[in-house]
Amino acid sequence: MKSYIIPEFLVDRDDHRCIRCEVCVRQCGFDVHYYDEEDDEVYVDENKCVGCLRCVTLCPTNALVVRENPTQVPGNANWNREVLHNIYKQAETGGVLLTGMGCDKDYRNYWDRITLDASQVTNPSIDPLREPMELRTYLGAKPDALKIGGRKGKASLQTALSPQLRMETPMMFSAISYGAISYNTCECLARAATEMGTYYNTGEGGLHRDLYRYGDHTICQVASGRFGVHADYLEVAAALEIKIGQGAKPGIGGHLPGEKVSAEISRTRMIPEGTDALSPAPHHDIYSIEDLAQLIYALKEATHWEKPVSVKIAAVHNSAAIASGIVRAGADIVAIDGIRGGTGAAPTMIRDNVGIPIELALASVDSRLRDEGIRNRASIVIAGGIRSSADVVKAIALGADAVYIGTAALVALGCHVCQKCYTGTCNWGIATQDPYLTKRLNPEVGTRRLVNLLTGWSHEIMEILGGMGINAIESLRGNRLRLRGVGLTQEELDILGIKHAGA
Amino acid sequence: MLRGVHIRDDKDFSGCSIFGMMNAAGVKFTGEPMITAIANMKERSNGLGGGFAAYGIYPEYADLYCFQMMYSDEAGRLDAEGFLQANFVIEQAEVIPTSACEGVSDAPLLRRYFVQPRENPALACELEDLDDFVVQAVMHINAEIDGAFAFSSGKNMGVFKGVGFPEDIGRFFRLDEYEGYIWVAHGRFPTNTQAWWGGAHPFNILDWSVVHNGEISSYGINQRHLEMYGYKCTLFTDTEVIAYAVDLLVRRHGLSIADMARVLAAPLWEDIDRMPPRERELHSALRQTYGSLLLNGPFSIIVSNMSQMVGLTDRIRLRPLVAGRNGEWMYLSSEEAPMHLVDDAIDDTWIPSGGEPIIFQLEKTDASRERESVSSAAAPA
Repeated sequence: MKSYIIPEFLVDRDDHRCIRCEVCVRQCGFDVHYYDEEDDEVYVDENKCVGCLRCVTLCPTNALVVRENPTQVPGNANWNREVLHNIYKQAETGGVLLTGMGCDKDYRNYWDRITLDASQVTNPSIDPLREPMELRTYLGAKPDALKIGGRKGKASLQTALSPQLRMETPMMFSAISYGAISYNTCECLARAATEMGTYYNTGEGGLHRDLYRYGDHTICQVASGRFGVHADYLEVAAALEIKIGQGAKPGIGGHLPGEKVSAEISRTRMIPEGTDALSPAPHHDIYSIEDLAQLIYALKEATHWEKPVSVKIAAVHNSAAIASGIVRAGADIVAIDGIRGGTGAAPTMIRDNVGIPIELALASVDSRLRDEGIRNRASIVIAGGIRSSADVVKAIALGADAVYIGTAALVALGCHVCQKCYTGTCNWGIATQDPYLTKRLNPEVGTRRLVNLLTGWSHEIMEILGGMGINAIESLRGNRLRLRGVGLTQEELDILGIKHAGA
Repeated sequence: MLRGVHIRDDKDFSGCSIFGMMNAAGVKFTGEPMITAIANMKERSNGLGGGFAAYGIYPEYADLYCFQMMYSDEAGRLDAEGFLQANFVIEQAEVIPTSACEGVSDAPLLRRYFVQPRENPALACELEDLDDFVVQAVMHINAEIDGAFAFSSGKNMGVFKGVGFPEDIGRFFRLDEYEGYIWVAHGRFPTNTQAWWGGAHPFNILDWSVVHNGEISSYGINQRHLEMYGYKCTLFTDTEVIAYAVDLLVRRHGLSIADMARVLAAPLWEDIDRMPPRERELHSALRQTYGSLLLNGPFSIIVSNMSQMVGLTDRIRLRPLVAGRNGEWMYLSSEEAPMHLVDDAIDDTWIPSGGEPIIFQLEKTDASRERESVSSAAAPA
């Protein structure tokens, strides 16, 4: 069937610069470029170009330009190009539209409508280059009060604290499963988390045995499919996370196509090679908050009460009530994933239309837990569209203990957000299992890039804290007085619990 | 809340001078040297606030809570007195004596009441802990009753504060007529918001009084944390959170004064990491549990109660504090000069390190035991 979709991108090749080295041909997993020996020419099939820019980046002579195709179906504000393309695609295939990475709709981005406070004369700013700045964060349930005994001068702690996750910077790598991403990507995340004194999350794909050595910095997920969940997996983790929902597709389960289930993934996930890995939307042993409590305590029991248990939900309108229930069910950490959260493969309509921005969910969850007096019984971790250190600072000031970084971490590894992860042909070697492509991500280089990213963001967080006259991250956590909204409605300000700029 | 002044979830920004003086043997002295000392640091205040707290001044009502109240008008007084009568047996009600003083004007109506909680109070509250009941009553008055403000609520102690230079406020309240064994004073330099009588220091809840020089950049989270425990921060100033934090940590949670200081001005993690295991465990737990009460930003404070006077600066020491001792006479001050002014024999003065609490303790004399027994419910363990 002839496709009615006009190519999204045009690939211009400067013949004077092109040396026919065929790097572009070899680098493009989508087969956009091909070399014709007889003509000694490299041709392109622009219909296949996804705009990942791998060829442009690696072309040794800068002979390539990829640009958006100016010729498009006319469209209008209502029947825009994306809408028309989607209809053409479905008319051609009869299938559910799939996409990769987070929601790209123009919903209001609240991070960009919130500004930070600064200190000046009466409480001067603190110079983070010369004064101590503390980003260390502990995740886990905290007691309401401590009991301290012992004689004077030899006081000792009598309250036993629940297990805590110690992190040297309030940022972790989001749950991305082995299968959705390559082994090398998993290794980069694991090594970088270890080097930075923080954590990465296995997602629902289990944990490859070769990565067990990074267990102290691994949060192992227990999702509905229970892929790769066994005693050793639970034992090696620093913490466990029960995945109920994910921001890109709340209420929707996972789907790893059979072609991505290689021998290694088969072993790790404990499923037959080449079969689809379908994780249902619900956990079939959790149909109530009491059931969730049972699983939380089962996991605690299975790991000798030595590991914090997190429960991850997607941001939806009643997240606050759900979070309250989760805390009362015994979770040590509540992870909330917003509508901009990415996933390797999500139904487009679900991704773009279900869920709410994480900023609003975070604010309402933090407020609700405080109103109920149970905020210190669990830590809050948020995910879904954290793009910079400023977003991190704003998230913590709104009430998060820490953030998960997903898309930004993949971008640090080379991802150009072409949103074609679900094809399994990621040219950057990130979201693929093709051995030829996965080699492109060097674990040494990838680890360095991730460490650099977190190091840079950590420095920036320190700078921002210093500017606010704060030198410990816990004095920022939930400190909404240091935030101001710009151009927000009163209702939005009320939900966020912040004042408008100028007030 | 005084009439016309509405609750805001905002804070006041202050510079300020602080001075504290106590006699460890329990010997009482008048407010005169306090006025002299705080006046010596006049450039640290700007005439928009001054105040004092004195301990041991009401021995004849030592068993009773003393509510010192400000009213913006008679309506506020009637509403508050109705509330007090419904919840407390009022043994004595009187005008707080004042004298006209140049530099002090627009004073609210000032009354004090010596009270005991009723057995069947109107305020919905468990009466298991009388101190908790009093705290709730203070929160109710300050947050809910228009035109009324309870500015001190302890036993055998009182706060005297208002808008003006502190020496003028001291004379206005005739502090030379009171005798106490612990006194603290404050001269205020508010820079960003209006000055009002209730916003002057000291800030008080039960027997805790706090004077403060600095600004708390963690105010927002300190306030939100305290709200979870029923405290309502309504007084426009970051100092208020310190008084409530001390009450929560020491009285309600039973921490020692030293551990309270380790929460408010916590050691740095790099220092905690180098501690011996038991100490490291304790300090880590304090930070993990009470991180939301860490006071960030510059501060030097004096916290006082019936038997102690405690000085503390922020952990990177962004505000001044000097300690001094001459036998049983003990001093804390923003500057050293006022100590010499009121005690020409003092020769032992020192500057405490950031975050290191200076705890001056009343000696266990018979007289002080008697005094302490009065406040046993509020005194730290």
